[in-house]
Amino acid sequence: MSRYTLATSIFNRFTGVALSLGLLPLVYWLIAVSGGRAAYAQALRVLTSAPAKLVYAAIIVSFAYHLSAGIRHLVWDTGRGLERAQSRRSAYLVVAASLALMLVIAYFAWAAAVRAP
Amino acid sequence: MSLRTPLGRVLGLGAAKEGVQHWWLQRLTSIALVPLTIWFLVSLLALPAFDQATVRIWLSQGWSALLLCLLVLVASWHSQLGVRVVIEDYVHGAGGRTLLLVLVSFLHVFLAAAGLFAVLRVALGSPP
Repeated sequence: MSRYTLATSIFNRFTGVALSLGLLPLVYWLIAVSGGRAAYAQALRVLTSAPAKLVYAAIIVSFAYHLSAGIRHLVWDTGRGLERAQSRRSAYLVVAASLALMLVIAYFAWAAAVRAP
Repeated sequence: MSLRTPLGRVLGLGAAKEGVQHWWLQRLTSIALVPLTIWFLVSLLALPAFDQATVRIWLSQGWSALLLCLLVLVASWHSQLGVRVVIEDYVHGAGGRTLLLVLVSFLHVFLAAAGLFAVLRVALGSPP
């Protein structure tokens, strides 16, 4: 196993655990919506605070990476791309794809935040 | 000569104590999460506002409610499968590991149930 595979694989686990923690704000938000106007207004203060925005940034980075790396794993499962040179190339591809995805999501998240603060 | 018992051969499981079930479910849920998460992000970021009324209207639509239920369910499932592997790989000491696995499983089931309940409560029309 090359060090590219090692690094991309460990980061996939790391971002996966981060996304697991991201389930908490998602469910919190859903419960708040169902809890009525007053409960939602209270939750929105938490969900739009500065630390929360930092959490969303971490979720965006983790999601972009975990999605790209996950698709690479699914391709590997079909038996393709397992040669050392191929997996090295796909490691770069995963990093490039996740950076691009990250920028796209971050742009639309920023636009949404500006539209509805 | 095989030293495996007839029962062990029938079950097809070695010291790993499980077959391909975990691996298969991890792949199945990951494939489902590709469209589900992309749909969620696109719909969420396309919302005109994030006040309760707007989000309620979005959640009350049949497709949004259905897909959101699936997202909560499949994401919790995938998360549980993944975190389980991480705990099994990095937490040593059988007692602590088992306790942590139980806690993490319960937490995931709780999150999935709470998320589903919240979506259905809005979709099936609780008073605003």
